[in-house]
Amino acid sequence: MTALALETRDLHKRFGGLEVVRNLSFNLAPGARHALIGPNGAGKTTFVNLVAGVLAPSHGTILLHGRDITGLAQAARVKRGIVRTFQISQLFRNLSVLENVALAIAERDGIARVLWRGLAAFPTIVDEAMALLAGLELAADAATAIRALAYGRQRLVEIAIALALAPSVLLLDEPAAGIPSAESHVILAALDRLPPAIAVLIIDHDMSVVFRFARRITVLAGGVALAEGTPAEIAADPRVRAAYLGESILPDGVGR
Amino acid sequence: MASAIEPAAAAVPRLGRARWHWAEALPWLVLAAVPFVLPGYLALGCQVIVMILFALSLDLILGYAGIITLGHAALFGTGAYAAGMLSAHLGWNEPITGLVVAGAAAAAVGFVSGWFLLRYHGLALLMLTLATAILLQELANTLAPYTGGYDGLLGIAIDPIFGRFANDLFRQNYYVYGLIVLFAAFMVARRIVASPFGQSLVGIRENVKRMHAIGAPVHGRLVAIYTIAAAMAGVAGGLFAQIHAFVTLQVMGFQLSGAVLIVVVLGGAGRLYGAFIGAAIYVILEDQLAKLSPEFWEFGVGLVLVATVMFARRGLLGIAEDLTAWLGRRAP
Amino acid sequence: MLSAAVSILFDGLAYAMILFIIAVGLSITMGLLNFVNLAHGVFAMAGGYATVTMMRAWEVPFLAALPIAFVVVGAASIVFERLLYAPLYRRSELDQVLMTIGFVFMAIAAFTYFWGPNPLGIEVPRYLKGQVDLGLREFPAYRLFMIAVGFGMILALWLVFERTLLGARIRAAVDNRRMAQSLGIDVGRLFTLTFAVGGGLAAVGGGLAVELIGLRPIFAIQYLVLFLIVVAVGGLGSIWGAFLAALLLGIIDTAGKYVWPAGGGFFIYAITVAALLIKPEGLYGKRD
Repeated sequence: MTALALETRDLHKRFGGLEVVRNLSFNLAPGARHALIGPNGAGKTTFVNLVAGVLAPSHGTILLHGRDITGLAQAARVKRGIVRTFQISQLFRNLSVLENVALAIAERDGIARVLWRGLAAFPTIVDEAMALLAGLELAADAATAIRALAYGRQRLVEIAIALALAPSVLLLDEPAAGIPSAESHVILAALDRLPPAIAVLIIDHDMSVVFRFARRITVLAGGVALAEGTPAEIAADPRVRAAYLGESILPDGVGR
Repeated sequence: MASAIEPAAAAVPRLGRARWHWAEALPWLVLAAVPFVLPGYLALGCQVIVMILFALSLDLILGYAGIITLGHAALFGTGAYAAGMLSAHLGWNEPITGLVVAGAAAAAVGFVSGWFLLRYHGLALLMLTLATAILLQELANTLAPYTGGYDGLLGIAIDPIFGRFANDLFRQNYYVYGLIVLFAAFMVARRIVASPFGQSLVGIRENVKRMHAIGAPVHGRLVAIYTIAAAMAGVAGGLFAQIHAFVTLQVMGFQLSGAVLIVVVLGGAGRLYGAFIGAAIYVILEDQLAKLSPEFWEFGVGLVLVATVMFARRGLLGIAEDLTAWLGRRAP
Repeated sequence: MLSAAVSILFDGLAYAMILFIIAVGLSITMGLLNFVNLAHGVFAMAGGYATVTMMRAWEVPFLAALPIAFVVVGAASIVFERLLYAPLYRRSELDQVLMTIGFVFMAIAAFTYFWGPNPLGIEVPRYLKGQVDLGLREFPAYRLFMIAVGFGMILALWLVFERTLLGARIRAAVDNRRMAQSLGIDVGRLFTLTFAVGGGLAAVGGGLAVELIGLRPIFAIQYLVLFLIVVAVGGLGSIWGAFLAALLLGIIDTAGKYVWPAGGGFFIYAITVAALLIKPEGLYGKRD
């Protein structure tokens, strides 16, 4: 069996008296297309923050390609290949799309440390950034400042930055959040084209996105993994329906 | 694939402006012209140059990296006392090495304090920079046998530069000396700002959360620029000590920290040349108005500060940029 | 030795009361709206000048001058807040710092122009002069008075905050402004009221302080650092934190200057740095 890309063992997070993530053991295979769903307050975003290194766990371990990263800061984890996107876009609003992506590439390659030579001395950064943007149909907006960009395209820039960091594990926190469903196909197309070698974990509420994209789904409720399996298994699971309070969470035609 | 990229490539914006823009020559021409055009004002000119250098150092951390400090004078003062004491107590009067020592001392203080302080932000950081500066000032006062305390440090005597250029009554040699130091420091600042490192500082200022998420070692970067800026502020302080041959506790005071903050904001933060404009205006006006009526001067400073923040947040250079953009749009 | 310790504690307590009375308003307003107001010392200074002017020009008795100063400065601060501060609430921290520093400079210049740069003093009423015998020892009457006023203030504030609806609303808004607003609490009006009371309190503190530390226009900046330290170390929005911080700083400063007159002023700042490094949100502040 190939080594797991990402693994958590007994991951636990407590805020005062509130236990938000409870002894969660989670696996992510290389090249996975895995979704994490659950009702509000289930602990999904906390889980992402724990794995990304924004929060320190109360106890438990996190392993990336078999190596313990629990003690590493966020920036160090990024260097090891685990990258996350934000539910609410965190971009450099006054910089252009190209500059946003170029900064990420410069960090990745250690060029951002250089203080004695101009950015112009590193033309490969621009070339690579433009190629990345072209792959996401963003090339036309390369010189546009983020604050002048439609929100849907800003969400694409979030993904572009993540890809620029050459991750082996990618955590997408509600990539289509804030975009009207009429326009979300652009994001979905981008998700379809993600390099197959990257292990992708997507957190989302939008079930059409989840069921289209994921090959495996984990359901989180009250900080514990309620169920895990293929989309069909999850759709048929009565406990999952109960967790969502009987709402029909399934797009028409799935399951049953 | 190739055709999808090429048309876009033609529109690829150039990153970083390492090339010199023609307008950049203006401040240097003005500064170079002063000994010829206004030879009676060289002493004032020296003050302007010291303030420009000091403000440049603050612009690096405030304008570019977004570090808000109410105690930047502590670094200036460290440099001033280092250069002063080197001459007054150790008898080492060579000016250029004096500046190096001043810069190194301030860099050391900046590195140590920055390493602790830059883990914080917001009000905590503001208070920490303020309290640390006052602490250092109190320390300087306590070490009165070395620093001269309230009475000030006397007995600073600087040798002629390169053995030839003495500090004459009209300050001409020292003006040129200061201008050359300023130019060298400016070249360093300009390089840093146009580099990938400089761009990453802007990133930290604009969105620190995002910087962490792209793997940037934020704390290390901030400490690095803080140390460099400290060295620059220290050199400015050393220059001050050498030119005036007298150092008091004021060089570390809150008034000076406030003044340099005003200078940077008035001129326009994050633009390097804002320091030139702000410093020139502040020092010249202070020289002219403070003598007439200290109250009106102080009131005016406050008023200008409030007005700048309310109406011209990007400072005078910001206004100039808006003006040129507006004129550009109006041109047929 | 013991006598010295008692003196230090007593003097430190009196000093702490001044710091507390002036700084508590700043702590609440900063906690309520996260607004960095470096001009708070101006209200204290204004209170001092109001007290001095009333006593000298109109022979208002000291104990009447203080409440009048409270009302006058409190009312003036409402005008101040609505006209000058309200536009600042959405601005960045740096902008708030710069603007309020600008106001301080303008205020200092104005006060210097009208009252002159020299220190002014007041003639404290006879019954507050001299010493009072408390059995074991004699204590200066004025300092006793200040401590009594301080405790009275704390009690009054505690009652309002813990026992009234208004206090509950303020605490709620400090804790979570958005939540409070969605519960129908008018945070804007709450803030104006708190600002006025905070300014008024600062004025009373300034009036009280004249006898102890004198009065000069530079007061607004000179002591600003101390007020900010009390707020930062105590934690924004906490009365209790402000009191403890004031106590800590008042006593340490007094002790430091007593033990080492040349360099004693040092300790306050060292303690501040240490405290903020350990707990940057302050003793009773909220974590970011």
